[in-house]
Amino acid sequence: MQQFPCPFCGLRDEREFHFAAEAGKIRPDTTQPVSDADWAAYLHNRKNPKGETREVWIHTPCAEVFILKRDTLSMAVLGCEPLRKDIP
Amino acid sequence: MTGFRTPQGGLIDRSKPLEFTFDGRSYSGFQGDTLASALLANGVRIMGRSFKYHRPRGVWGAWFDDPNAIFDVTLNGRTLPNCAATTTALIDGMQARAVNAFPTAKHDLKGVLDRFHALMPAGFYYKTFIWPNWHLFEGMIRKMAGLGRLDGELIAGYQSAQHHDRCDLLVVGGGGAGLAAARHAAEAGQNVLLIEDHPALGGGLFRRALPVEGQSPADWIAAQQAAILAAGGRILTGTTAFGVFDHNMVGLAQDHGFAKAPSLWRIRARRILMTTGALERPVTFANNDRPGVMGLDGALEYLARYGVAAGRDIAVLSNNTFATAAQPLLEQAGCKVTLLDATRGPAKAIGKTLRAVDHNGQRIACDTLLVSGGRTPVVHLWRHAGGKLDWNNTISAFVPGHAPDGMAAAGAANGTYDLDDALSEARAVALNHAAPPARKPVPMPLLQPDTNSNTRQWIDLQHDVTLKDIKLAAQENYVSVEHLKRYTTLGMAPDQGKTANMAGLAAMAQLQGQSIPETGTTTFRPPFVPVPLELYHGARRGQLFNPLKRLPLENRHRAAGAALGEYGGWLRPAWYSDIDAEVRMARNHVGLLDATPLGKIEVMGPDAAKFLDFVYYNTIATLKPGHIRYGFMLTEGGIVFDDGVVARMDPNRFVISCSSSHVAGVTALLESWRQDGNDPDRVFIHDTTANWATLTITGPQAKPVMQALDLGVDLAGFAHMTWQTGHFHDTPLRVARVSFTGDTSFEITLPSAQAEPFWDTALQLVQAENGGPIGIEAVSHMRAEKGFIIIGKDTDGETMPHDLGFSIPRRKKRAAFVGDRSLHSETANRPDRRQLVGLRSDTLLPTGAHLVTGKRSIGTVTSSYHSPTLNHPIALALLENGANRHGEAITVWHMDREIPATVTAPCFLDPKGDRLDA
Repeated sequence: MQQFPCPFCGLRDEREFHFAAEAGKIRPDTTQPVSDADWAAYLHNRKNPKGETREVWIHTPCAEVFILKRDTLSMAVLGCEPLRKDIP
Repeated sequence: MTGFRTPQGGLIDRSKPLEFTFDGRSYSGFQGDTLASALLANGVRIMGRSFKYHRPRGVWGAWFDDPNAIFDVTLNGRTLPNCAATTTALIDGMQARAVNAFPTAKHDLKGVLDRFHALMPAGFYYKTFIWPNWHLFEGMIRKMAGLGRLDGELIAGYQSAQHHDRCDLLVVGGGGAGLAAARHAAEAGQNVLLIEDHPALGGGLFRRALPVEGQSPADWIAAQQAAILAAGGRILTGTTAFGVFDHNMVGLAQDHGFAKAPSLWRIRARRILMTTGALERPVTFANNDRPGVMGLDGALEYLARYGVAAGRDIAVLSNNTFATAAQPLLEQAGCKVTLLDATRGPAKAIGKTLRAVDHNGQRIACDTLLVSGGRTPVVHLWRHAGGKLDWNNTISAFVPGHAPDGMAAAGAANGTYDLDDALSEARAVALNHAAPPARKPVPMPLLQPDTNSNTRQWIDLQHDVTLKDIKLAAQENYVSVEHLKRYTTLGMAPDQGKTANMAGLAAMAQLQGQSIPETGTTTFRPPFVPVPLELYHGARRGQLFNPLKRLPLENRHRAAGAALGEYGGWLRPAWYSDIDAEVRMARNHVGLLDATPLGKIEVMGPDAAKFLDFVYYNTIATLKPGHIRYGFMLTEGGIVFDDGVVARMDPNRFVISCSSSHVAGVTALLESWRQDGNDPDRVFIHDTTANWATLTITGPQAKPVMQALDLGVDLAGFAHMTWQTGHFHDTPLRVARVSFTGDTSFEITLPSAQAEPFWDTALQLVQAENGGPIGIEAVSHMRAEKGFIIIGKDTDGETMPHDLGFSIPRRKKRAAFVGDRSLHSETANRPDRRQLVGLRSDTLLPTGAHLVTGKRSIGTVTSSYHSPTLNHPIALALLENGANRHGEAITVWHMDREIPATVTAPCFLDPKGDRLDA
């Protein structure tokens, strides 16, 4: 079982976490026209890299949503970043 | 009768004799014996039958590597199937029976199968029973297959304790190297955990029987043990590391004795040191499966641990110097010993009851043939963790190569067979230092099987894979080791090929004219030894695995005679007396419903309105305080995710009343949007569902009941879809006018702790109006009469809000909202989208039945009831272009039956909504 770092709670077992999304995806501004291709890319296209990846995960018990950097090949955890920039 | 108990020696307690039976005959052994050692001491040679040909099998090894002796064991009325005789400690009164043999292992009726072995090569079953149809033969073959028999009884209290622990250094294997390493690390201040799968520490030191660093093995072991404990280290014996998992989590199974559940330890180790030793490797030669052919290490283990000699007249066929060292030990025990060099010519075992071995042109009389074809380091854990293996030509074995993070190997597991070398290596590695070069390598030349011989040479003793089968696999191009394994079932027996795999690889390499490293190995997967499934779940089953959510009024419901059932994870009253009667009572008078599971998620903060406008399909920002709005949440794909009502408390505070079974999912979705894409300081989400009880009073007489309740609300000016605060005695509460039944309804939400007195008062007043409690089933009927949907039942993974008749926000809402763009895709605009309709028919339609034109399904029935109010069947359905088909006749198909029905609007009762304010 992997261990992931929650920015709020520290190192916890994998089963307490849920994958949420690929990090860095920007939701198109839907008040402006968005092409089918751009919307489909936002909805469905994933980089799914072999190796280092940045993902949004949720730590279920504390509900913290954060960015997890890990390696999909070696399963190494490379670090985490809170989404909030203002916490010390 | 060949094996015998030596006059002295062993770790057994000879003052404690134990009685047991095997295949119906009585024997005796001693405290400290295993079933296998006690049988061997009694001269029993045949302890099992092979899986395919039912050939007689003797014991090959003395621990987990033995593939042959597998018993169903009964003790005190409990039967455990498939116990390895070599690892099952003997207990007085045990009744053991060999599996896969009838009536006994010695006289097995199916032994006749072996005569047809020439007709049953590898792939025999695959090839033979495919025509005309496998299912014709399946029953018969399934009966023949399998090993032990389950007795069908649960063992009470068979529950694995679950431990979670950590350490700096986990040493796996308490032999010489493991003990030295554990002591060294513990004395250097590391938090050390040493585990050993035998009941006693010492590993191979007992069978080696030579002084260790000037001390007797027993004294040296005791000294290390004392030193480890004195330095704060911990030791677990009878404990097996069965797998290494992600991020250095090691699974340990701790044995607690026969028919007792082992404990599971999930250990997080900073470093893992693998001192797991090496296994005896068999020699492939003619008739090498005869009972009496044993592994040399196994025989020495029996001698050293249990005081049992495997035979009297022993030949040793080996390629290494361990045999030379073993000779005096066997001779001291009273055996006659002849050493044979396995590198010189092929051998052949003679006699069904072993009486000689032909080797190098000579016939040597013997009753027991011990073989040692080299050693195979136990590298399973290394491979679980993703470590690489290197081929070592000196010892002809795979040894640990590139190390996984935080893992190291030492001693025989690392191919270091000399004890002094192993000890210095272990001590260095324990402190994470480089190991000194080995001073005394123990060379072991590779033994290659005679692939030209037509004799029967066994590779896998349990699964009856012979050299001929490997040849056939090579001929038929199953040359990859993974294919070889699956085609021949090599290494798929309960021992998982611990001894057989290397012999199989050597044979395939020889046949392919390539080296063993070129041939490769199969994948090593946990568990290393069989473990019961109970180990993994422990107490996490039933209510402790997935606990029911309980209502604060559960006791009141039970007292009222409710039939309780699980609805969306909650234990709720399904009905109290009769569903139809409850519907009629609520429609004609008044009903009282416990709606506590309804979601109560508070959304607060200066950005709350903007936030809800974004996560809801409907516009929420325009909702006035004191008002309530029905709405949908969508996925980004535009699919309806949840429906519910939103009540605005004040400009910056809302309560979301989502579906009862969907609260956790909605909360998680809200949290995710809140933190990812919004300012989390300006909006807050708090799920308060568990803090509040909600009771619904519904029906034409709801208002008189409310009047009598006197909650301090203004009933005269109380419009539908608004809410007010009130109080019950001193308890503040909220009253909302929403309706899931179509009748006048009041939802009263108050703190859970006050639910019981309120229920008592409300029930009394409801009963005074000829009403009573109604269950969730009655409400399901009533909402279907009105065409109110249940998300996930009347919608599916393609349903968008306009399919349900809610199309205004899609056309008019200007603000961005989740799923907005998806509502204008090509798919969303298709004219044949499945839309919500009602169905009228003379008979009750099966839920899930298809609506068809010809043979094509154009929709499904999603909800179907006999309406107690209207006294005819009603149904809701999703139907292609359904909104434009009202009034059309349609065919409902179910299990070859066709039922006529008429498409209607999805509302059967009071379409204008007059009953809301009746």
